[in-house]
Amino acid sequence: MEIKDPLFEGKTIRLSSINYEKDAEIESRWTHDPETMRLLRPEPVRPLTPAQVKKKYEAIEKEEEESKSLFHFTIRLCEDDRLVGIARLNWVDWANGNAHLSIAIGDPADQGHGYDAEALNLLMNYAFTELNLYRLSAEIVEFNEAGLQLFRKTGFVEEVRRQQAQNRSGQRWDVLHLGILRSEWEALAGALEHE
Amino acid sequence: MNENILTGELVRLTAFDIELISEAESRWSRDSEYWRLQAGDAYRPYSAQASKQLFEKFVKENDSTSFPFIIRTIEEDRMIGEIGLDGILWNHGDCFVGIGIGEREFWGKGYGTDAMNIILRYAFTELNLWRVSLNVFEYNPRAIRSYEKAGFTHEGQVRAALNRAGRRWDVVYMGITRQEWQSLNP
Repeated sequence: MEIKDPLFEGKTIRLSSINYEKDAEIESRWTHDPETMRLLRPEPVRPLTPAQVKKKYEAIEKEEEESKSLFHFTIRLCEDDRLVGIARLNWVDWANGNAHLSIAIGDPADQGHGYDAEALNLLMNYAFTELNLYRLSAEIVEFNEAGLQLFRKTGFVEEVRRQQAQNRSGQRWDVLHLGILRSEWEALAGALEHE
Repeated sequence: MNENILTGELVRLTAFDIELISEAESRWSRDSEYWRLQAGDAYRPYSAQASKQLFEKFVKENDSTSFPFIIRTIEEDRMIGEIGLDGILWNHGDCFVGIGIGEREFWGKGYGTDAMNIILRYAFTELNLWRVSLNVFEYNPRAIRSYEKAGFTHEGQVRAALNRAGRRWDVVYMGITRQEWQSLNP
């Protein structure tokens, strides 16, 4: 790891900021797909207009500015800058070196290309080498099998299982909390570099 | 059905009077041990005024998803702590509970467990929630025992989430579902 190494550039995607005009249209489309939205958020699924999405962007940027404990990134394709997802670090607890992390790929057509894995690696690198955090947590509902597989493959371990914490489609589902320590990430990152 | 659901054996849960709780919280916040047992963020004493602003903001922003109460003793009507359900996700019936007994002379005597029993009854029979979650710090075995007595089960530990007094500590997660609560309170 060197100072000149890019923090936000992956092979096919990069982490970027919000583009109010272009992104609101795309994110509004994502909110009309309940299946994907249910994987990403516990709140009731609800379609949003582009104007509502823009209002949300204002709230996000205000919170980033005021709380200093939220880092919100868009995930964009390197080749054409198209928005494909969101990557976030929130509830950064500076005194304890802890934060929550989430990754979302909004359109099912963009899933399965490894964009989420690349974004997760960039976000972890940012959290551990720029914010200098000690550990990261993620919450995933048990029916999100692809999400669980991604986090496990990346080195996260299951720490907490909150039984029956979600009710979707008339069934109860557990919510899993996964975590990774910086030392674990360093060991895995080191092993990859030497491959 | 005719019992007062906010009254227990030793304590009762009363209205969340922001003036009163702000003054008390400022006094309790001088006790760093109390603070570190009930809050994960870095310790600092709060003035009554700062405390009031925080409570006012919290209540305003979380009105429909949080139910905070002041804990009072039945015997002397003394304010000894606070307890509240918050982060309610109504679509799932899930929430978190938080409790603090600020008056040290009431630690370890069953007052906290009694308050927890009352709020669980409120959560399951008035708000009709499905489950109640909590987290507690590894270095607080007295609280963990109290939650076990109220019926909470261990659901896992967030490793090394706290850095205090020069070492790392886990955060313990516990939970109770309505079914579990009903089988303990037939």
